[in-house]
Amino acid sequence: MSKAIPDSVTRLIEAFSRLPGIGPKTASRLTYFLLRAPEDVSTTLAGAISELKSKTRLCKVCFNITEEEVCGLCRDERRDAKLIAVVEEPLDVLAIERAGIYNGRYHVLHGVLNPREGIFAENLKIKELVERVRSEAITELILSTNPGMEGDATATYIKDELSRAGVTVKITRLARGLPTGADLEHADAATVMRALEGRQNL
Amino acid sequence: MPRPEVVFRTSAIIIRRYEYGEADRLLTLFTPDQGKIRVIAKGVRKPTAKMAGHLELYSKVNLLIRRGRDLHRIEQAEQVQPYQPQRESLIWFGYAAYLVELLDRFSEDEEPNPPLFGLLDIALNWLSAPDSDYALVARYYELRLLRLTGFEPSLFRCAVGQEEIEAQAQYFSPLDGGVVCPDHVRGHAAIPLSLNALKILRYAQTRDFDKVRALQISAPMHHLLERIMHSYIAHLLETRLKSADFLHLIERFREAPQIPPSP
Repeated sequence: MSKAIPDSVTRLIEAFSRLPGIGPKTASRLTYFLLRAPEDVSTTLAGAISELKSKTRLCKVCFNITEEEVCGLCRDERRDAKLIAVVEEPLDVLAIERAGIYNGRYHVLHGVLNPREGIFAENLKIKELVERVRSEAITELILSTNPGMEGDATATYIKDELSRAGVTVKITRLARGLPTGADLEHADAATVMRALEGRQNL
Repeated sequence: MPRPEVVFRTSAIIIRRYEYGEADRLLTLFTPDQGKIRVIAKGVRKPTAKMAGHLELYSKVNLLIRRGRDLHRIEQAEQVQPYQPQRESLIWFGYAAYLVELLDRFSEDEEPNPPLFGLLDIALNWLSAPDSDYALVARYYELRLLRLTGFEPSLFRCAVGQEEIEAQAQYFSPLDGGVVCPDHVRGHAAIPLSLNALKILRYAQTRDFDKVRALQISAPMHHLLERIMHSYIAHLLETRLKSADFLHLIERFREAPQIPPSP
């Protein structure tokens, strides 16, 4: 049987389809776009992709993505080394940095506990976090996992794990409540409850 | 010709969710009248998404769903029962994950089973009640779920000889699907079953939930019952449940609770 699509084209379509949020239609569209686009578009893309894995690694202190052994944030002397914000993913570091007021360091867990998908504590950088808190002079740990079932369970697990390890440190959780732009009337009970608990003096 | 889109209302318990695309989530729901269905919730990972807080895992919600050709889409969501206990509890999370994984494994897509929905609702409610015996909830739930899905273990007749079981110590054989009397026991996979353990299993299999919840069960008895039910379920599914492994891990850390003597 003759093929309507050459192998090299099929291969790229299949590769694109494995990316999150990209279905077979989008994958074909991207592939045919690259076929028509000037040569340098695809060579730049190919170069960037192959360097992505070969040049990057995890920071050995905070496990953020970096090109060095220790990332820029961990090496920055102006940042408060006694403060650690614990986040799920490297992208969460960017979200906190965007706020522009946090001056401490980070610890990236690379996921959250998810029993159903078989993600247990040993698959996350929790042991490393406990070790870090034990060996560095940390005064506060800001647990910044996402609000919700898995993020909360992971935060609780970390708290329990630290107390089992006999490490005493101030542990806080990011405030939660009504987001800017939201409507009170649409809020769920848990959110309203949290917002009331966390109310502040004007 | 494309089917006209239909909007329907349903109650549902959220049993699984994945992140999808930029800010969407795919949810697996268990509904009373349509069984297990998969839906998409668009944009719920944005901070200002109205529905986000209403679509928490292991909670009961009322939904307005638009039927699509590939994926159904949630139009409106209102949480009716979050189930969660006031204090965040890891062990609760582990048990809720276990109950839900069991249901997911034993049910097919779009196969209605209203009593099964009722069972999950009861079990999650019970799990969230103050001072509830989590392991007892799990045993009750397992036995009822197995009945509702056609895998009820035989507890009143010998699973091999079919004769009525006498009130004495027996064996439980996952392979044979229930209790096996000492005369018929074979192989080494059978678990010795004390008379008390047999009584508790029968009680949980046949009595109402408010009767079962009054049982006081000792820690060693709980271990035996768990071993029996987990081996039977692992035999049926030909795999161990990941959430059961998770539970084992976190239970190891839990301080020994104060438990009254066995019945």
